[in-house]
Amino acid sequence: MATTQIVSAEKRQLKNHANSAQVMSNSLTMAYRGLLKFRRTPEQFFDVTLQPILFTSMFVVIFGGAIAGNVHNYLPTLIPGILVQTVVTASLVTGVQLREDMDKGVFNRFKSLPIARIAPLAGALLADTVRYAIAVTLTFGMGYLLGWRPEDGISGVFASGLLVIFFAWCISWIFAFFGVTARSAAGVQGVSILILFPLTFLSNAFVPVATMPHWLRPFVNANPVSLLIGAVRQLASAGTIGHDFWFSLLGALVIVLIFAPLTVRAYMSKA
Amino acid sequence: MNQEKSRVLAVEAHGLVKVFGDNRAVDGVDLSVPQGVIYGVLGPNGAGKSTVINMLATLLNADGGSAKIFGHDVFANPQVVRQLIGVTGQSATVDELLSATENLVIFGRLLGLNHAAATKRADELLEEFDLQDAARKPLGKFSGGMRRRLDLAASLIVQPPLIFLDEPTTGLDPRTRNQLWETIRRLVQTGSTIVLTTQYLEEADQLADRIALIDHGRVIIEGTPDELKAAAGVTTLHLGLKSEEDADSAKELVEKLLRVAAIKTGPTDISAPMTDSDSITDLLISLRSSGLHLAEVSVQKPSLDEVFLALTGAQNMEEGN
Repeated sequence: MATTQIVSAEKRQLKNHANSAQVMSNSLTMAYRGLLKFRRTPEQFFDVTLQPILFTSMFVVIFGGAIAGNVHNYLPTLIPGILVQTVVTASLVTGVQLREDMDKGVFNRFKSLPIARIAPLAGALLADTVRYAIAVTLTFGMGYLLGWRPEDGISGVFASGLLVIFFAWCISWIFAFFGVTARSAAGVQGVSILILFPLTFLSNAFVPVATMPHWLRPFVNANPVSLLIGAVRQLASAGTIGHDFWFSLLGALVIVLIFAPLTVRAYMSKA
Repeated sequence: MNQEKSRVLAVEAHGLVKVFGDNRAVDGVDLSVPQGVIYGVLGPNGAGKSTVINMLATLLNADGGSAKIFGHDVFANPQVVRQLIGVTGQSATVDELLSATENLVIFGRLLGLNHAAATKRADELLEEFDLQDAARKPLGKFSGGMRRRLDLAASLIVQPPLIFLDEPTTGLDPRTRNQLWETIRRLVQTGSTIVLTTQYLEEADQLADRIALIDHGRVIIEGTPDELKAAAGVTTLHLGLKSEEDADSAKELVEKLLRVAAIKTGPTDISAPMTDSDSITDLLISLRSSGLHLAEVSVQKPSLDEVFLALTGAQNMEEGN
């Protein structure tokens, strides 16, 4: 070991706050950590690989005839629906995994480091966009295999994929909040599912809104998940950006603006 | 010495309090740690040692009191304090899924090194801590000792002037423990200050320049290991006789001359508290003139064990009442 003297406390340059460059740099490093962990735990990809494949084929076969007359006509409705449902579910898993991660001792070290407080959370959520990207690719791929041919071609599909990934990252702050405040990973799962099911099933994901009871329709139409699905259908099928696109983007941003500060505050107040 | 005194204290805490529910885990702790020493925080399980460390290391808010690290307020300026400390917690504070190198590089990056500098520093530390062989393996495959070494290495990336070690050797085999002690001693030689908690008296005795004995969230006694031993009371005289038949008469003689109660600790062994060292000469002379032959004479200072039991035990008795 080196016997050279360390720099004494009095002579060090000290800063009281992390600036925005440091926030970015710290978050990216934490995201890099998340990616390294994926390599060692491929099981973290089960939900975003198996679910698109299984659910897409199952839903097409089961609902296709009943809802749209045949499988082929159902695909333009179903693929955006199942895509959004899969990715929103995957963002729930983000919260559960964050909780598990936080229970490990390494988070104590992160807390003791002079880094931006938001970085361990933002980094973990950022790394998970890789999972969302996999889900998006596989769902669109399954759609293609089953015969879905978007009229506007690849660019609309690509743009809608990006929108969905961004939306999922925003939504994941809700589940990250539960992740930070809940006592256990199982608790996160329980509470999150209570949020997830109304969001995804009380939407236009699988069934036309016109077939739902009147009293339910206002909620379904205002549900950000419905807006997102509408936006994806328009973008992927016709290549157009409509009201749904802007409203879903706005909804997602509002979620981040509410839940990111709440989550960081809860994270900091916890030992 | 004068220069030492003029320097700001590495740790200065007054009246620290932490309450968990009904439990006052830390109940008014004062600590003063000068720079460049190994400071031991000693106490039984659940005494509040880790809670004190966690508060000083900005991991936990205090419910009362104040603390400064090198003059910077821990609770008002935690981000400044974090730039001056390294913390190695009781549970592993490294990422088990990642390799040793990956762990150190990530911590280095978080501490502001660029990728090249972080990689270089990781290699240096792995060499210093003899972990090169394990550099690329995930930590799950590490032995306990290797993980502890990596844990400590991770606290030294930017060579912080103050290092907190929470029970650094708990659960390690004696060889690994000695290695870690050596590392800790070398760290102090480079100018670092170390605050370590331990429940092992031997560890505190071996390593620490000063010790604070904590029980039930309070500092019971503070001082150098020798001062603590002296405070625990008396030195003991041990006599070993050549013949078993002489033991009883020797015991009577000891009690008469030293005016204390002696104990037979074996067929030929007698122990007695030594309150007046001068009277030992008289005792030895009378033993010889009475024809009681000695095989062995020894004088023993109290061990920290006795200090520990005497002081923490007394506290428990008081609370029982």
